Formats: sequence, C-alpha cells, structure tokens
Amino acid sequence: MTRHMTYRTAAVAAGLERGWIEFRQTMTSVGDVLGWVWPSIIALIVMYALSDSTVPGTSFSLGSQAIPGILGMNVVLVALMGLASALTMERRDGTLLRAKATPNGVLGYLTGKVISQAGMAVAILVLVLIPAAFLFDGLDLYSVSSWLTLVWVLALGLAATLPIGAVLGSLLNGTQSLGFVMLLFTGLVAISGVFYPITALPEWLQWIGQAFPIYWLGLGMRAALLPDVMAGAEIGGSWRHLETTAVLGAWAVIGFAVAPVVLRRMARRESGSKVAR
Amino acid sequence: MTVAENEQVITAHGLRMRYGPVDVLHGVDLRVHRGEVVALLGPNGAGKTTTLEILEGFRKCSAGEVRVLGVDPDHGDEAWRARLGIVLQAWRDHGKWRVRELLAHLGRYYAPYRRPFDPDELLTLVGLAGQANAGVGKLSGGQRRRLDVAIGLVGRPELLFLDEPTVGFDPEARQAFHDLVRRLSELDGTTILLTTHDLDEAEKLSGRILILVGGEIVAEGSATELARRFSGKAEVRFSRRGEFFTEFAQDATGYVRGLFARYGDEIGDLEVRRPRLEDVYLAMVREAESRPAGVAA
Repeated sequence: MTRHMTYRTAAVAAGLERGWIEFRQTMTSVGDVLGWVWPSIIALIVMYALSDSTVPGTSFSLGSQAIPGILGMNVVLVALMGLASALTMERRDGTLLRAKATPNGVLGYLTGKVISQAGMAVAILVLVLIPAAFLFDGLDLYSVSSWLTLVWVLALGLAATLPIGAVLGSLLNGTQSLGFVMLLFTGLVAISGVFYPITALPEWLQWIGQAFPIYWLGLGMRAALLPDVMAGAEIGGSWRHLETTAVLGAWAVIGFAVAPVVLRRMARRESGSKVAR
Repeated sequence: MTVAENEQVITAHGLRMRYGPVDVLHGVDLRVHRGEVVALLGPNGAGKTTTLEILEGFRKCSAGEVRVLGVDPDHGDEAWRARLGIVLQAWRDHGKWRVRELLAHLGRYYAPYRRPFDPDELLTLVGLAGQANAGVGKLSGGQRRRLDVAIGLVGRPELLFLDEPTVGFDPEARQAFHDLVRRLSELDGTTILLTTHDLDEAEKLSGRILILVGGEIVAEGSATELARRFSGKAEVRFSRRGEFFTEFAQDATGYVRGLFARYGDEIGDLEVRRPRLEDVYLAMVREAESRPAGVAA
C-alpha cells in the first residue's frame, strides 16, 4: 500500500511539473494567449461601445455590468473547452499513448493537463480583468469581500467545468465534433445572461440557461465585482449564493464521479492505430 | 548457458487478432529469451505492429496466450510497465517541449522503481547532445526518432520494443542507431524485440529473425540458418587452367576440399557464395502473398 502510494505520489508530482511546464509554454506564446483572449477582447470592445447604455431600471452602465459575465464565460471557455480540445488533440498526436507507455503516466498526464488548464483559466481571467478595470467604471475591485467571492466562485467554477471538459475530450473524435460542441457552447452563452440580464429572456429559456455552469459563474462573478444594488437586476433580485453553490457543486460532484470512469475507459482503448500518422 | 540467460522474457502461443471479419494474426507463436535481440521481419501489413501492441499491453488479442516478463500484458500493472521500454511508430507529440526537458520529465515516472538514465548521458548516447535545448517539434525526422529511442530507454528497461526504428534515417544515422542497439544488448543485456521490413537491418542487428508474413510466422532462425534452410546449396565459382566454372554444392567446404585434392594448384579465382537471405526472403513473401489468406503454410 505504502509503496503503491509512493509511485502514485511520484506521478502526481511529475504531473504538477508537467502542468507548470505546459502553462509556461502557453503563456509565453503570444499566439496561444491571443487565441484564448480574443473572444473577450471583442466582447470588451463591443461593451465599451455600449458604455453609454444603462441596465434597464438603473443608471448603471450596461458595458460594466457585462464584464463579470465575460470573465465567467472565459473561465468556462478555457477550462472546459480548452481541456476538451487538448485531450482530443493529444489523443490523436500520440501524447496520451506516450503517457500510457510510461508507468503511472496517465495519472501524471491528467494531473498536468488539469493544472495547466486551470492555471490558464485564472491567468486569462486576470489578463482580461486588468484592461477592463481601466476601461469600465463601477467595478468593485477594492474590497476584500469582492476578491474572496471571486476566489470561491472561480474555484467552484473550475471544479464544475474541468471534469466536463475531461469527459468531452475523452468522447469526442476530432475537430468536427469539437466544432459542434463549440457551437453548443456559443448557444449556451447566448441564453446565460452573459452580455445582457437573463431576465430579458422568456422564462423557459431562463430555466435552460440556469441548468448550466456558464450562468452561475457569470452570476457569481457579478456578485463579486458589481455593487450590491445591481443584485436587483438578477432573477429574484438576489446574488443567490446558495443556489450558485448548489448548482456548481452538483456539476462538480457529478463530474468527479463520471470523469474518472470515462477517462479510464478512454485510456484503456488508446492504441497506436488511433494515432494519426 | 546460465539460468538467467535461458529465462524466457516473451512467450506467445497461438496469438490471434481479428478486426471485424478480417484476421490480422492467425496463430503467432514466439519466444524471446533474456538478452536476445530478435527481429520481427515482414512486409507492410504483415501484422508486425499488431503483434507488438499485444505484447506491450496496448491491445487485447482475440485468442492465444501471452506472457511478457511473466505477466499477461492485458493485466500488466504499472510496476510491470516500468520494466518495458516502448518505441512506437510515428510520434508527433510534445512538439512544444524542449528535448532535455521532456526526457528529464519522463524519467521522473520511473524514479520510484529504479534510477532512470541521466538525461544528458542519454542524449549523448543517442547523439542528440547538441539538441538538448531544441524544441521537440523542430527536430528533423531522424533526430526525432532518436529522441523516441531515448525516451524508450530512459527507465533502463529490461525489455525494449522498437517498432520500425530506422524508418526515415539516412545511412549515417542508421549506422549510429545500429551501433546503439548493439551496445545496449552487449553492455546492458537489454532484451530487444524490433520490427522492420528491412532485411539488411534484421540481419545486422538481431541474433534471430522471425519472418512474419500474412499474419503468421513463416520462418525463424539466425540469418545464416534461414539462408541455409531455404536454399541449401551454395554457389562455388572457380577457374581451372584459365577456364571458369560455376557449380552449386550442398556442402561447399567439402566440395572445395575435393577440388583442391584433385586439381591442387590448377584451381584459381575461388569464390564461395552463400545464398543471399534477401533472395530467400523475397521468395517467401511472394509465395505467402500468392496464397489465399488464412491458409496455413
């Protein structure tokens, strides 16, 4: 048992190193970073143009109101879609098979992948938040409670979305199905109240939006970064911390139960013929 | 021969592999002893890679019995895996990593089992010391292949699988690679099973050749044995009083001894040529390919 633990600990330690190396590789590549931040950059530009409009019933800038939602969307994009596409690609280029050929290599590989993708999600959030803080008024960045809320929402959001990314990355085959999932993601963004309060949507669409993590990450980010009066524009006129915790927590619990099974099954089926030559 | 040398590292009996309606392997038997270098020689599509993948535990065979280092590869645990070195065909992974960084990283996984190779020492061994800080994606085809071999060796494997190791090598790189394999086998006693469709390579590297054609082993032995078995007669050329002769003899040595006994100094320009394995191999491949699939030899 103890020897067994030693081997796994060594693999997890190697995975942490792997995560750091790959995080560094991505963050030092201008092309890679731009690839992740450009949706947010476009969103920031559009929102800046809308700065003069206000959230209905308030005098608060519509542009500023959208910033936290964009940050939340970005976390889901980098953590969930990023992990799914990395796994899909690396099953094809032989990285996963290489991990399989190494003792405890799959454990190390997955540890590294989760660490690097989570790290990137956080780094890219910061990269978008910094220019947003200068361009948009009204964000509450100077209180400890803002940052505490941001940290727990972010941590819970990563726990909810990374396992989904791992499952998708294990099931998808190639860029076509990845493109389809990207389309679904875009559709979900549209009904998750990212750019405009979700209360403007028909109620049945609001329910669909609230079933997925994008809405709740956005709500949690708004709770962290917007003044408390803005809770009035939300469903039920509240930041709904309890519901946020419950829904994101439920996705995390389901994800952590399902992902290992799917990953094990996927890793077991990997062989040379699956690798594109 | 000591007990350890006699130990069987790989035994496979009646290995079958079926993909849908197609049989890729029909009843492959093979044995590899500790310290041997064995070549699995065959044309493309003969089932070499499939055989290797079964032995590596990457693929479950449809029928048959396999033991690799005493374990059924389908149930091999991580401690078992740590004793293997695997060099598959056509890696494209880790393009953004640096050469030394990747080798050092992969070595870490073996550390709880045994001391892995020092990355710098290993890079020197495979002739990549100058590329230690190069990006993996920027290596030439031959350099990439040598890195793959280095990765296969980083955990100091008892048993090394090499799938078509020298495809895309120039003659110089091929020579260097052959020297490396010999060194591993002789100095470290590593057992090596390699696949190749290059007869010359099989002959140079391995003590024993298994010829795999159409999903079955059609012949087995050292290069000399194979040549002798499949074409018994050697070609003897000589001249006698300025006249040139070509004869075929089962026992070339005896035939030449007889020549000298009878004609003594009259004999000149003596040349004895064993049948070339290449001719034997090509004949075997042609014969097997003209047979309907699935019919035993």
